Amino acid sequence: MSGRMETPLKRVRGLGAARSGAHHWWLERLTSVSTLILFGWFIVSLVRLPALDRGTVVEWLASPLAGVPMALLVISTFWHLKLGLAVVVEDYVHDGARLFWLTLINFLSLLGAGIALFAILKIAIAGSAA
Amino acid sequence: MHRNPSRPLSPHLTIWRWGPHMLVSILHRITGSGLAVFGSAILVWWLAAAASGAEAYATFTGFIGWLTGAGAADNAGAADWLLYALGVAIGVGLVWAFFQHLLSGLRHFVLDAGAGYELRTNRFWAIATIVGALLLTAAAWGWIVFGRGA
Repeated sequence: MSGRMETPLKRVRGLGAARSGAHHWWLERLTSVSTLILFGWFIVSLVRLPALDRGTVVEWLASPLAGVPMALLVISTFWHLKLGLAVVVEDYVHDGARLFWLTLINFLSLLGAGIALFAILKIAIAGSAA
Repeated sequence: MHRNPSRPLSPHLTIWRWGPHMLVSILHRITGSGLAVFGSAILVWWLAAAASGAEAYATFTGFIGWLTGAGAADNAGAADWLLYALGVAIGVGLVWAFFQHLLSGLRHFVLDAGAGYELRTNRFWAIATIVGALLLTAAAWGWIVFGRGA
């Protein structure tokens, strides 16, 4: 708070910076790099798999060498898309609907990532018997 | 939100002559939004189906088959062909969106570093992302249809 008795919101309403503007921007870039690397791994892995039937995919994902990067891919991708969609809404939605859309993006991206991570964990724990 | 009408607005999109950099900018947002909604849904569906069981996975592969035009020859009705064409259009669109967002994202890294703003350079790389994405989409689909035999 740098010694000032005001919240970031108060400072923003006084047309000052909330001191978090660059953070969002930086995270968007950071997650774009990690998503890029992980999708490179993902596509190469899919192409190298002998087949894409359930048995092959589950056996592959059950290995930590696939399960861990896949979990990271889900986290990285959903983080990146949450930040990206938020920017689009902030730029084009100007009335009260903005809060609704931003909340919806937060909830749905967490929901999607949660389902995906649970699926990866389930495969990792149950293995081919899943 | 609470805009003061007496303050000047910057002349927005309508006043500028259109250039490839503007097209790439808006394509980056459109493809990003499309991938965020539909691409991520397919990813989650794939993982959830693999974790759920054979039946769920078969439903998912059926959907992917729709996107890749698999089994399009089985039915002859006009409505069926329209449905298959729609599936392939969505499939091609998603792959194109992936490559367009990927390439314009890479272009953003260069611009973020403060490089590539020279008019001719900027124009060249803006066009390059569009052409590159189309070529990569064609290559990927050529591989899906002829290479893998999926």
